[in-house]
Amino acid sequence: MRIALLVTCLNEALFPRAGMAVVTVLERLGHTVAFPPEQTCCGQLHANTGYAAPARELERHTEAAFAGHDVIVTPSGSCAAHLRAHTELPVYELSELLVDVLGVTDVGARFPHRVTYHPTCHGLRMLRLGDRPQRLLRAVSGLELVDLPEPEQCCGFGGTFALKNPGVSGAMLADKCANAVSTGAEYLAAADNSCLAHIGGGLARRPGAPKPVHYAEILAGTGAAA
Amino acid sequence: MSRHLPIVAVTPFPAAAAHELKDAQLRANLGRATRTIRDKRARVVAEVPDWEELRERAARTKDEVLDRLPELLARFERAAAAAGASVHHAADAAAANAIVAELVRAQGADRVVKIKSMATQEIGLNEALAEAGITAIETDLAELIVQLADDTPSHILVPAIHYNRSQIREIFAARMPGFSAESDEPAVLAGAAREYLRRTFLSAEVAVCGANFAVAETGSLVIVESEGNGRMCLTLPGTLIAVVGVEKLLPRMADLGDFLRLLPRSSTGERMNPYTSVFTGVTPDDGPRRLHIVLLDNGRTKTAQDPVGRAALRCIRCSACLNVCPVYERTGGHAYGSVYPGPIGAILSPQLTGQDAGANSSLPFASTLCGACYDVCPVKIDIPEILVHLRQTGPKPAAERAAMATLSWVMRDRRRWRGALRAARTGAVPLRALTRRRGGTLRRAPWPVSAWTAHRDAPLPPPESFRDWWRRTHAE
Repeated sequence: MRIALLVTCLNEALFPRAGMAVVTVLERLGHTVAFPPEQTCCGQLHANTGYAAPARELERHTEAAFAGHDVIVTPSGSCAAHLRAHTELPVYELSELLVDVLGVTDVGARFPHRVTYHPTCHGLRMLRLGDRPQRLLRAVSGLELVDLPEPEQCCGFGGTFALKNPGVSGAMLADKCANAVSTGAEYLAAADNSCLAHIGGGLARRPGAPKPVHYAEILAGTGAAA
Repeated sequence: MSRHLPIVAVTPFPAAAAHELKDAQLRANLGRATRTIRDKRARVVAEVPDWEELRERAARTKDEVLDRLPELLARFERAAAAAGASVHHAADAAAANAIVAELVRAQGADRVVKIKSMATQEIGLNEALAEAGITAIETDLAELIVQLADDTPSHILVPAIHYNRSQIREIFAARMPGFSAESDEPAVLAGAAREYLRRTFLSAEVAVCGANFAVAETGSLVIVESEGNGRMCLTLPGTLIAVVGVEKLLPRMADLGDFLRLLPRSSTGERMNPYTSVFTGVTPDDGPRRLHIVLLDNGRTKTAQDPVGRAALRCIRCSACLNVCPVYERTGGHAYGSVYPGPIGAILSPQLTGQDAGANSSLPFASTLCGACYDVCPVKIDIPEILVHLRQTGPKPAAERAAMATLSWVMRDRRRWRGALRAARTGAVPLRALTRRRGGTLRRAPWPVSAWTAHRDAPLPPPESFRDWWRRTHAE
C-alpha cells in the first residue's frame, strides 16, 4: 500500500525520530511511504489557542499538500483528531492504520524493556483508540507492559495551556509523573510527542523515572537508542 | 450602587488558580471528594443499557426548547397562570432581585427560607435581599455551611466540597446558634443542622426556590433534592417565590422521565432522586396559597442566538463535568470567580455576561481540552468545542496575536518553514554540548521559554532534520 506520512510540525521541529520510526515500521511491513514535501502544520495549535483564520489557512494548506493521497498516517493522535474534524483528508493515527487498515498487531519489533503506556486525551476520547496501541506493544518481543495508575487522567499539557496556566499544568504533571514513577517502568510510551515533551520534561527532573518514548519508536525497534 | 455580580470573575483564572493551588488541604479535600463521586457515577451509569440513547434524546429535547423558546415560554406562562400562579419576567439580575424583594415586602416578611438554587446564586439574591433588610436562610445543608462560613459555593451540587468535616464542625461551633457538639461525626453535624433548620421552617412565611425543570405544557415546576428541606420550603410557608432560568423549560410532561433518569446518576451517583416535587399553581388548603414564578433571562436569550455556544444552555446543573475535570480537581471552584465553576462554568459564565465582563474571557482557557467533561455530560454538551469557539471569538493579547500571525505565515510556505527549523537547529548546537551530561534537555531558559522550564525541562531541536534524513535515505 502507498501511504503518505504527515510527520507534524512538532515532530519536525523537535522529535524527527517518531517520523523516522513510522517510515521504518511501514517499510518493514512491505508498504511504500511518501513524504509530501509541502506539509508543515495542520492548524491545531492556532485553532485551540483561539486563532480561527490562520488555523483555516493551515488546514487548507495541509489539504493541498496531501491532495491525491488515499491513506495518510501520522504519529500524533491530536493532529489526526484535528484534521478529521476540520478536513476531508483520510488521516489515520498510526495504531488505527496498523490495526484497522493493515490488520497487523505484531510488527516484528524487539524491545526488551519494562514499558508503561499513557493514553493521551485526544487518542482516548476523540479518536477512541481504545487498546490498539497497547495491543501493538504487547506483541513486541521482550517487552513487558505494566499498567499506569489513573491512565485516563490528562497530563496537563493542553498546548498553550501549559504556558497560560503554568501552576495547574505543573500540578497535573506532578501527579502524572508520580504515577509513572510508581510503575517502576524503564520507559513511558505515548502516541503524541506534545504530551511526551511535557511529561518527559517533568520526568527528567525525577531520579529513577521512566524515559519518555513515542510508541512508534518502540514498534520500529529503535527505541533502545532513545 | 453597583454590586459585584456572582458570575463575573474579578481575577484572571491563572492568578486565581495559583492562589488556590497553594492550599494543600483544599487539594486533598477536593481530590478525595471528586474521586468518590466520579467513581460512584461511573458505576451507576454503567448499569443503564440505553444511556447513550437517553443522552441523545435529552440533548434533542433541550435543543427543541432553545429553538421554540418564546413560544414555549408563552405556553408555560398561560398554563401556570391558569393554575393560579403569578408569572413575572426579569431581563437581568437586578430586575429579578427587585421583583423578589418587592414580593417579600408585600407579605410584610423580613425573613425567607431558601431551597438550594443556582439561579438565585447567579443573581446574588441573598445579598440583594440583605440590602433590602430581608434575611435569607439557606436550608440545604451544604449551602447552610457556606452561608454560615460567609463563604461562596465552590461546586454546583456540593457547594461546601472544599471543606472537610472537622472544618465544618468549627464553622458550626462559631456560627450556628445553639450548636455545642464536640464530635465531627457526619450524623452529629447533620443532626445539629436539622434541629436548627426545623425551628426556622416552622416560623417562615415566605420561601424562595429555583427549579430543575419547568414544564411548558402544564405550567408545572419540578424540584429534585436529597434532604427533604425542599419539601419543607415548598409546603409550609404561605408564599412561595420561584426564580427560574428560561432555559429550564421542557416542552411536555412526558419529556421529564428522561431527565429524572439522567440527572441523579450524573450528579450524586444515585439511581433515583430521594425527593422529587412536581407542583402546578396553587391548591386550596394544600401547600402555599401564593405562588410567584420569576422567569429569568440574564443573558440566556443572547446566548441562545450563538449557533455553537447555545448548547451550553442545555445544562441541567448536574456537575458531572466538574467531578471529572482535572483542572477543577486541582483548583476548586473559587478559582473560576463565578458560582458556575468547572468546565460548564468556563463556557456558561462568559456567555451569560459577555466576554468583556471582568476576567471572564480567561475562563475558556482554563482547560486542557482533555474531553473528559463531554464524555460524562448527560445532555451531550460538547464543552471542548465551545471552549475553543469562545477562545476564537474572545479577546487575545496583542503580542500573542502578532506571534501567531507570524508563525502561521512561516508555516504556510515550506521554504520559510525549513529556514526557521534550520535556524533553531543552529541555535541549539551550543546548548546540546552543555546539556549532554543530563540527557540533552534544557533545565533553565530565558523568557519566553522560561514559562515552560519553570515546571519541566525543554527538549532541544535535533542535529538532523526529518527532511534531511528523508533525502539521505529515500533519494530517488
